[in-house]
Amino acid sequence: MTIEQRQQEIIEEFALFDDWMQKYEHIIELGKELPVISSEFKTDDNIIKGCQSRVWLHAEMLDSGVVHFTADSDAIITKGMIAMMIRVLSDQAPEDIASADLHFVNEIGLHQHLSPTRSNGLLSMIKQMKFYSLAFQAKNNG
Amino acid sequence: MTAYSIERIREQFPILNQQVNNRPLVYLDNAASNQKPNAVVDCISNYYTSYHANIHRGAHHLAQLATEAYENARTIIANHLNAQREEIIFTYGTTDGINLVAQTWGRRNLKAGDRIVISGLEHHSNLVPWQMVAEENGCIIDIIPVLSDGTLDMVVYDQLLEKKPKLVAVNQVSNSLGTVNPIAEMISKAKNVNACVLIDGAQAVSHFEIDVKRMDCDFYVFSGHKIYGPTGIGVLYGKKDILEAMPAWRGGGEMIKSVSYQSFSVNELPYKFEAGTPNIADGIALGQAIEFVNSLGLNAIREHETLLTQTATQRLLEVPGMRLIGTAEEKTSVISFLIDGLHPYDVGTLLDQLGVAVRTGHHCTEPLMHALGIPGTIRASFACYNTLEEVDLFIEAVKKATQMLS
Repeated sequence: MTIEQRQQEIIEEFALFDDWMQKYEHIIELGKELPVISSEFKTDDNIIKGCQSRVWLHAEMLDSGVVHFTADSDAIITKGMIAMMIRVLSDQAPEDIASADLHFVNEIGLHQHLSPTRSNGLLSMIKQMKFYSLAFQAKNNG
Repeated sequence: MTAYSIERIREQFPILNQQVNNRPLVYLDNAASNQKPNAVVDCISNYYTSYHANIHRGAHHLAQLATEAYENARTIIANHLNAQREEIIFTYGTTDGINLVAQTWGRRNLKAGDRIVISGLEHHSNLVPWQMVAEENGCIIDIIPVLSDGTLDMVVYDQLLEKKPKLVAVNQVSNSLGTVNPIAEMISKAKNVNACVLIDGAQAVSHFEIDVKRMDCDFYVFSGHKIYGPTGIGVLYGKKDILEAMPAWRGGGEMIKSVSYQSFSVNELPYKFEAGTPNIADGIALGQAIEFVNSLGLNAIREHETLLTQTATQRLLEVPGMRLIGTAEEKTSVISFLIDGLHPYDVGTLLDQLGVAVRTGHHCTEPLMHALGIPGTIRASFACYNTLEEVDLFIEAVKKATQMLS
């Protein structure tokens, strides 16, 4: 599935919710279901410091040429948002990740979580995901 | 005295009457900044629509009106603090005031090896400016530790004073926990060892009457926006003889008496420290804000806030896993808390969805949070216009958020 198809899938999923409470209950659920990051990757090197919640992000290039992400956070709502980012961007080609427009966040009405004032580390995480992809891409081409 | 009429007070704050996420706004982020009454907003608008002009030195009518209003605000503030007019310096806020003292008095008087005592409860703005001076001058910063209830360790304070510090810089009230520090005792002890004393009053001015003469501090700083006034304006009080001995800081217009291409001579107090065109509108409006709190009476405000705080504190304890952070006997209307197993950010996010505005995080006191071994807190803080109904909505929201996250 392409990044765009995965975004559409999430948008359709969220269209089923009538109110914010169901939406957040779903995000919390996604957060709980996020596969655990391997403890060897939950290091200070992999930490993305938000002012409020912390995010750990690990990226690796698989032999198949896609970038695989694992991540974690100490806040569950942030973790739910991470789960969605990973669902959309993980196991995709680095050039697609680097150029992805994550419009789904806006369309499901969660754009406020990406505002710099939230300082939850999410905005930095997306930047970091794209940065890793660019670095892998450069390495591939080099 | 007339009874404390919450309806009449709320009428003066139209911003409170709105829906957030389809729920009535419950604004409990007052320790970060409280809202502005109509009198303050109208005052700013009236200034710009009726008599705006650059102040001082102008020979024309508007300049005269603006100057009179600005200087009248200074008089209101001086009277409110029991200070002299020339001891009141307009600043951009608390942070600006502390930086002014650090960069002038601090750089002039603190030498390598000199000691500065600050408390473990300080906001970054009463820590970093001293760290900056210490980095340059080689002076040493000693910290008064914070006990588990959020009060200061006065035994250690006494020990630190034995080292004859040059300066004691502490807040009157902790922004993160609401602890009211025993500043009368702290100042008098500091004076016994001839230390200069700066009091950060940012979190105190909207709750307590301030008498700098009785307090006998050398400097007192606060921000306008913490006392129902505008942002971008604040006050530094300093004892006249100390201010006179201090070098000027920012150079430019207004702060000079005369200038040649080679040199300048500084203006008299308070203008010596007010370089450039000041924040005229907000200065005038700060005077209005002080008149507003005095019209209600700070004792009446505090009584009302205490009722809200005590009620909310008791009811919060109904929430399973509730952990109050900061349980000092003397507190302002700040409740900092954590709920076992829940991240403050998650709770804050859901409270926002429920229309309740609180603050989450380390509240610009990162070292304090480290000392307490917590990532931050959820902080609710009450002001003169909050109601018992809002306490109910807040408690219901905390319960709902807890239920969703557990």
